[in-house]
Amino acid sequence: MISSKISTLYLSPPRSDLWLALALRLLAASGVALLAIIVWCLLGEAWTVFSGVGVGHFLTDATWHPTEGTFGLAPMAVASIASSIGALLIAGPVGVGCAVFCKYYCSPVWSSALRQLLALFGGIPSVVFGFWGLVVLVPLIAEDNPPGASLLAGSLVLAMMILPTVALTAHAALAAVPSHFLVAGHALGLRRGTIVLKVALVAARNGILAGIVLSLGRALGETMAMLMVSGNIVQVPTSAFDSVRSLAANIALEMAYATGTHRSALYACGIALILVVALSTLVAHRLTTGCQRG
Amino acid sequence: MSVQIASQVRRQIVIAAAGLALAIGAQAGEKKLVLTGASTVAPLAAEIGKRFEKLNPGTQVDVQTGGSARGVNDARVGLSDIGMVSRDLKPDEEQQLKAFTIAYDGVCMIVHKSNPIATLTKDQVIAIYTGRITNWKEIGGADRKITVVNKAEGRSTLELFLHHFGLTNSQIKAHVVVGDNEQDIKTVVGNVGAVAYVSIGTAEFDVDQGLPLKLLPMDGVAATTVNVKNRTFPLMRVLNLVTKGQPTGLSKQFIDYARTESVHDLVKDQYFVPLATAQ
Amino acid sequence: MTNRYRASELLYPLAAAMCVVAFGLVLFSLFKNGAAYLSWDFLVQEPARSGRQGGIFPILVSTGLLLLVAMVVAVPSGLAAAILLSEVTRKGNLLARTLGVSLDILAGVPSIVYGLFGNAFFCVYLGMGFSILSGGLTLACMVLPIFVRAAESGFTAVQEDWRLGAAALGMSKFSTLVNILLPAATPAITVGLVLGIGRALAETAALIYTSGYVDRMPDSLLDSGRALSVHIYDLSMNVPGAEHNAYASALVLILLLLIINGVASWLAEHLLHKRIKRS
Repeated sequence: MISSKISTLYLSPPRSDLWLALALRLLAASGVALLAIIVWCLLGEAWTVFSGVGVGHFLTDATWHPTEGTFGLAPMAVASIASSIGALLIAGPVGVGCAVFCKYYCSPVWSSALRQLLALFGGIPSVVFGFWGLVVLVPLIAEDNPPGASLLAGSLVLAMMILPTVALTAHAALAAVPSHFLVAGHALGLRRGTIVLKVALVAARNGILAGIVLSLGRALGETMAMLMVSGNIVQVPTSAFDSVRSLAANIALEMAYATGTHRSALYACGIALILVVALSTLVAHRLTTGCQRG
Repeated sequence: MSVQIASQVRRQIVIAAAGLALAIGAQAGEKKLVLTGASTVAPLAAEIGKRFEKLNPGTQVDVQTGGSARGVNDARVGLSDIGMVSRDLKPDEEQQLKAFTIAYDGVCMIVHKSNPIATLTKDQVIAIYTGRITNWKEIGGADRKITVVNKAEGRSTLELFLHHFGLTNSQIKAHVVVGDNEQDIKTVVGNVGAVAYVSIGTAEFDVDQGLPLKLLPMDGVAATTVNVKNRTFPLMRVLNLVTKGQPTGLSKQFIDYARTESVHDLVKDQYFVPLATAQ
Repeated sequence: MTNRYRASELLYPLAAAMCVVAFGLVLFSLFKNGAAYLSWDFLVQEPARSGRQGGIFPILVSTGLLLLVAMVVAVPSGLAAAILLSEVTRKGNLLARTLGVSLDILAGVPSIVYGLFGNAFFCVYLGMGFSILSGGLTLACMVLPIFVRAAESGFTAVQEDWRLGAAALGMSKFSTLVNILLPAATPAITVGLVLGIGRALAETAALIYTSGYVDRMPDSLLDSGRALSVHIYDLSMNVPGAEHNAYASALVLILLLLIINGVASWLAEHLLHKRIKRS
C-alpha cells in the first residue's frame, strides 16, 4: 500500500493528509460503533428472557411457543440458512452469468438497458415481491404440493431480490479488470469463452464474492417477503415444499402483539440472527482471503 | 403614516415568526394527539382523525402503527396519548388503562368457494386444527389434503379462536401461519384445500368483489356483518381506544367523537360494525 | 484449436434471459392490475378513504425527503469509509478488517431490527419522535454497507501506477483522491449509489417504526411521513379493497426509480467522471 511509501518521500506528510487520515479513522470507528450500538440495544431488551429463562432453552427446545414457555430457535435458524443458501444457488450463477453477458457478449446499448432494468428491480420493495409471490407463485406450487407457501417459494422470491445486487456488483468487478489482462489473453490466442472464464472471472473474483457476501446478508435479513411466502411454520424443513419460518420473519410476525417475556424472546431472536449473519460472513471472508490477488 | 408602517412591520414579524415556528416543526401552538397501536384499527383511527382535524382546526392527529402490544405499552408509559388495541384489555392492563370501544368485528371460518363443504361443526374445526382430520373427504368433501391456516401467536383473532374452541396454540397443527387478514384471504383464494379464520367484514367485502371465498356459519349462525351487529354471531372481537386513567382534554374530545354516530359511515367504510345506536 | 468453453457460452445469454423473464413477469403483473388506476390526479391528490381513493402526493413528498436525508448522510460517510478501507490503511490492518466485517454483518441485520433500533435510538433516545429525520437516518445506516462495498471495489480497482505517478508529481494524498481516484472510481460509486437508493426506496419494516404511518403532507423534517413502500404495504395487506391503488403505487415507485437512477448516474458522470478521459 502506498501510504507507507509516501511518508518516506516527504520530510513530513502534508497537513491535509493527517487530517484526512484522522477524519477517516473517526468515521470508520463510528461504523463499527453502529454495529455495537445495535447489538447492545438488542441485548438490553433480550436480557429479561436470558436471565429469566436462560440461553440454553433457545438452543435445545424443540419448538417455538413463547407464550407457553418453549423458545427453540434451531428450526428457524436452519430455515433462514437454508432459504438464503437456496437463494444464492439460484441468484449467484444467474447473476454472474447476466453480468458476463452484459460485459462481454452484448452490445453496449442492450447492456446498459439490461443494467438499468436490474437497478430498477433492486429498488422494488420486498412487499411487492412478497405480494407477487403470494398471489402467483404460492398458488402455482400449491396445485401439486400444498400448502404452496414453502422453502422453495421463499428461496425463489429471495433469489429475485438479491439478483440485482449480485449482478450489478459482479458487472462492476468485471468492468474493473484491467484491459491488458484481456488483451494478453487475446495475444495468447485464447478464444472469448476461455478468456472470460479463465482470465476475467478469476481477476474479478474478489469483487464478485464481495457482492455475494453482501447478498447473503441481505437474504438472511429479509423480512417481509419471507413472511408472505414461506408459510411461517416452525419446523426443520425435510423437503423444499415444507413450510418454514425464518428468524427475521419470526420477529416481524410476532413483534406487533408480543409483551413481556415474549417480546424479550423476539429480541433474542434478533441476536441469534445477527450471530448467524456474523458466522456466515466470517466463513465467506475466510473463503475469499484465499483468493487474494497474488 | 408611521402607524401604518409600524403595523405593517409588526405583521411581517408575526408572519416571519409563524413561519419560523412552522419550519422548526414546533408544535407549541398546535394541539397534537398521538395514537399508536394495532394496524387493524389504524386506518379507521386515521380517517376519524382527519375528520376530527377538519371539525377542530388547529389540531393534529398522528396515527402510528406497531401492534396492539405497542398501543398498550405506549399508552402506559406516556409515549402516546391514546393506544389502539384490537382486543379487550387483559386484567393486569385494566389496572392502569381504560378502554373505549369504537367498533366491532366478527371472526368466521372461510374456505375456497369450490369446496363443497357448507358448514363445519365445532368438533370438526377442532379435529381439523389439531390434525386428526387431514383430508376433506373424511368429512364429506373432495379428496384433497386440508391446508390449515393459523394466525401468528399473540394476535387477538388467534386468542379468540383458541378461547372459543378450547384449544392452546401448541395443540394446533397448522400448515401455514399468517400475519394479516389479507394474507389469510389470499392463501385461501390460492389454495382450494385451505381453511382459515378471518374478519367477517373483510371477507364479506372480498366476496362482493368476486373473490372465490365462502364464509362458513358458526354454531348455526350465518357469518354476516348483520349478525355481528345484532350480536347473534358467537365469535366477535372489539376495537378499542385505550388511555392511561380517564382521558382528559383533547384525548377525551377525540374518544367521545369516535363513539358518536357521525363516524358510523367511516366505521362501515372499513368493513367493521359500528357501535349500536341507543335503542 | 476448438473452444473448450463454447458450451458454457450459451449459458450467459440464458442467464440474462432468465433475469428478464423473471422481472418481466412481476412487471407484467403490476401493469395488468395497476396501470388503469394511474393518472395525473393520482400523483397530485391526497389519499382519501384510507388510500382507496385519491392520490399519493404527500407520500411522494415524504419519500423524496427520506431519500434525501438518507443519501446526504450515507454518501459522504460511505465514501470516507471506502477511502479508508482502500487507501489509507494497509490490507491487513485490524481497523479496516473490523470495519469491513462489521459492514457485512450490518448488511444482514433484518430490516425490522433496524426499525426497532431506529425507534429506540433516534425516536426515543435522541427525542426525534416519529419523523422523517429518524427514518432517513435509519435508512442511511442500512444503505451504508452496500455503498461502502461498491465504492471500495472501485477504489481498489484503480491501477497502482496512477497513484505512483501522482506521488511522483508531488501531489498530496488528498489531492490525488479528489483529482484522480474519485473520478476513476465513478462507475463503481454510481453502482453503489444506485443500489443504495434502491435499498432505501424498497425499505418497509424499518420505516414503519421510524418515519411512521401518517399520510399527511409533512411540514418539516421532524414531522411523521409515510414512505411509498409503507403505503404499498398498507394498501395491499392492511386496508381491504385498496389493492388497485397498491399496484398503481408500485408502478409509480418504479417510475420514480427510473428517474432517480437516471439523475444519479448522470450526476455522478458529470461531476466526477468528466475529469478523466477513459482510454
